[in-house]
Amino acid sequence: MTVSATARPEHGFRLSQLIYDTRYRSTTIQVVAMFAFMLAVGWVVNNAIQNLEALGKSFSFSFLFSTSGYDVNQRLLEYSSQSTHGRAAILGILNTLVLALVGCITATILGVLAGVARLSKNWIVARLMTVYVEGFRNVPVLLWIIVITAMVNESMPSPRDYRGVETGAFVFTNRGFYFPEALFSHGLGDLDLGLFKVSLDLMAIIAVLAAGIYAAKRIGRAADVKQAETGVRPRVFWYRVAAIFLPTIALLLFLGFHIGYPELAGFNFKGGTFLRDSFIGLWLALSLYTGAFIAENVRAGIQAVSKGQTEAAYALGLRPSRTMKLVILPQAMRVIVPPLISQYLNLTKNTSLAIAVGYMDATGTLGGITLNQTGREMETLLLLMGFYLIISLSISFVMNVYNERMKLRER
Amino acid sequence: MSETHAETAFARKAPVAFVAEGEIPASPPPMNAVGPVKWIRDNLFPGPVNAILTILSLIFIVFVAYEILPWLIDSSWSPAEMSLAGCRAEASGACFAVINERFPQFFFGFYPQDLYWRPSLAFGFLLLALWPVLFESAPRKLLFFSAIYPVLGYWLIWGGTIWGPLAVLAAPVVGWLIYTRLGGLCERLVGEAFGPLMTLIAAVLAVIVWGLFLVIPIDEALSAIAPIALQHVPSAKLGGFLLSLIIGVVGIAASLPFGIALALGRQSNLFIVKALSVGFIEAMRGVPLITLLFVASTLLNYFLPPGTNFDLILRVCIMVTFFASAYMAEVIRGGIAALPKGQYEAADAMGLTYWQSMRLIILPQALKISIPNIVSTFIGLFKDTTLVIVIGLLDPLGLSSAIRADANWNGVVWELYGFIALFFFIFCFGMSRYSQYLERKLRTDHR
Repeated sequence: MTVSATARPEHGFRLSQLIYDTRYRSTTIQVVAMFAFMLAVGWVVNNAIQNLEALGKSFSFSFLFSTSGYDVNQRLLEYSSQSTHGRAAILGILNTLVLALVGCITATILGVLAGVARLSKNWIVARLMTVYVEGFRNVPVLLWIIVITAMVNESMPSPRDYRGVETGAFVFTNRGFYFPEALFSHGLGDLDLGLFKVSLDLMAIIAVLAAGIYAAKRIGRAADVKQAETGVRPRVFWYRVAAIFLPTIALLLFLGFHIGYPELAGFNFKGGTFLRDSFIGLWLALSLYTGAFIAENVRAGIQAVSKGQTEAAYALGLRPSRTMKLVILPQAMRVIVPPLISQYLNLTKNTSLAIAVGYMDATGTLGGITLNQTGREMETLLLLMGFYLIISLSISFVMNVYNERMKLRER
Repeated sequence: MSETHAETAFARKAPVAFVAEGEIPASPPPMNAVGPVKWIRDNLFPGPVNAILTILSLIFIVFVAYEILPWLIDSSWSPAEMSLAGCRAEASGACFAVINERFPQFFFGFYPQDLYWRPSLAFGFLLLALWPVLFESAPRKLLFFSAIYPVLGYWLIWGGTIWGPLAVLAAPVVGWLIYTRLGGLCERLVGEAFGPLMTLIAAVLAVIVWGLFLVIPIDEALSAIAPIALQHVPSAKLGGFLLSLIIGVVGIAASLPFGIALALGRQSNLFIVKALSVGFIEAMRGVPLITLLFVASTLLNYFLPPGTNFDLILRVCIMVTFFASAYMAEVIRGGIAALPKGQYEAADAMGLTYWQSMRLIILPQALKISIPNIVSTFIGLFKDTTLVIVIGLLDPLGLSSAIRADANWNGVVWELYGFIALFFFIFCFGMSRYSQYLERKLRTDHR
């Protein structure tokens, strides 16, 4: 025993040790894996180069700066068919972001309401929510998008039907919805940043509003200090309201703020803020669909909070609504947030289905018309996938930071 | 203390005037504490807020029923003239005649009508192949059938000669033969130390060589000798629920092993393996499935040797599998991470190798924990098969637009969408119920 333990091994390093010796095996495996991966990548890239050469195609992104020649029907920036493919892509990206943002907000509201309602003691409300959740979860989202857009198209009157009819500030037609818009009779104009223009009016309003909110916070903090010193809290509520709203209202009056209403002109409405039918269909469908998933997450999170917490809150005399708000939800948030992140991601990725109903998002412009017109599959798809990857990674990064901050601090 | 109390109480007890001989019969509870009245009060009107919610819900239900029921009841299934006009002539409600007429198309797309028996048989065999996988009560020998089903199903649906699929099926057999029979030869050639490893490498190489270079010549040679073949059906003819099922089933079946491998890679201590797995998973999860489908339809051929051109459905299946296995990997990683550290330590203490401990200790428990999420990934994958419409494949949704373009059925909307929604609902709801059954069956802790 002792002899074999102290005796030196007869041979030096043998090649088979690379595989059978646990000291070297992991390195061997990694080196082999790396080689295999490099070989595969090399093979794929080589194939791609050969194939592109055979087709006489080059690899360049210069098409982004050539005239696009197509129209984008929903736009947040100046755009015409004389603009470049790159600008069309930016427009599409903005459309994706807007849709994802409003979709996430409404889906969260719907999901939290439905998740709480599904646990309600009210039999009929709980059953209705079960039907909603199961119905939306088990049917493809694409079908919901198409059905809800079709519903908007079928159930709303066409703009023609409004001829000679008194329309209000809000007009709902089968081509889209019109809302009042904010207009400024002597606005500050736009700041041209080259790629796009920034409305100075909007910037000024945001700046004044932010300053007002900051001032209101300062007033609140001053009240806190006074309360700490004297024990009496001065009534500052109205001062704070005034600090926020008075400067903003003054600025709006100075800019000549007025509301523009949509008006029927010719075959269509003019003026007002316009939301296309496809946008509304997508927004509703994505919110309802993702809301059903969020409802299940919320339900799981609430059920993960132990019943003793509810009982303790009731024993303290809290009403059910306050128990939910102050005791259950804060604790449930820790369980809810991680799956909520992936629901936001899913919704953002599902916005790419806009292509099915003709909303021009990034997939519709960059991955749709630009791809078909220029025939540059490789470049457009790389850009498109890169865009979605960046969004996904940044959403999950932001939410992970939040998650880290909300985490239960334990031993 | 207590004793003295009891004694004093006993001593003070007054003489008893009356003792009840029997039990008093239970009197019925008051009317408002039992029965439907009590139930309605507790479950529908416990407070003012709930009362308002109940009334609003009732109004909503009545409104929906008022809108939909007449439409459903006053429907026509087979009017004299099979068109929307024929439907309208008979009834004002739903026109289900369109589904009646296009039923085969919904299921098989443009598959040749006289060959409908083939996909139907393939579907029947699919159920038979799934039976031993899903339920323990099935005869175990059927698992052999499940193993050969992929090739059999492919042959039934696409047709062609039988020898190609048989040659593919023979590949693992060849590998197994080399591994078991030629082990001794290899050991004599390269020595004891490297014998087993070389045998393994030789077997894997043989399978690859067989698959890449020998299948097609063998297929051609054998077809020339004995032309046993079914009529070939090109992929462009496939459509409808058949297409959804093909993509869904292939994706589901292939993504589970890939996902397990990726999850193990992500949890691995080997840095490079881990980095590659993380990169793949994040890249697949970070992009929408649509972009991957675009890659399948336009880009995938660029990455393969010049002149390679394979079937669009196969390309879609590959991308869908990649996409789903990234999700599967994350789900299974959650299961692996949820296991207490003691399980790993116990496996190490028993002297199990990495693969033994994974196969016998870690994965069975991790998979059991992740069943609900695995099934929801499956459900998501199956629903996502409808997205192939964007690259021009005729899934049920694509068929519905084709049907609406027909002059006879121009204007039919809700019947088609309702029918497709019902189909997907049945499948997806069934899957989620099955996962709940599985959870109950596999629950080994005694709570």
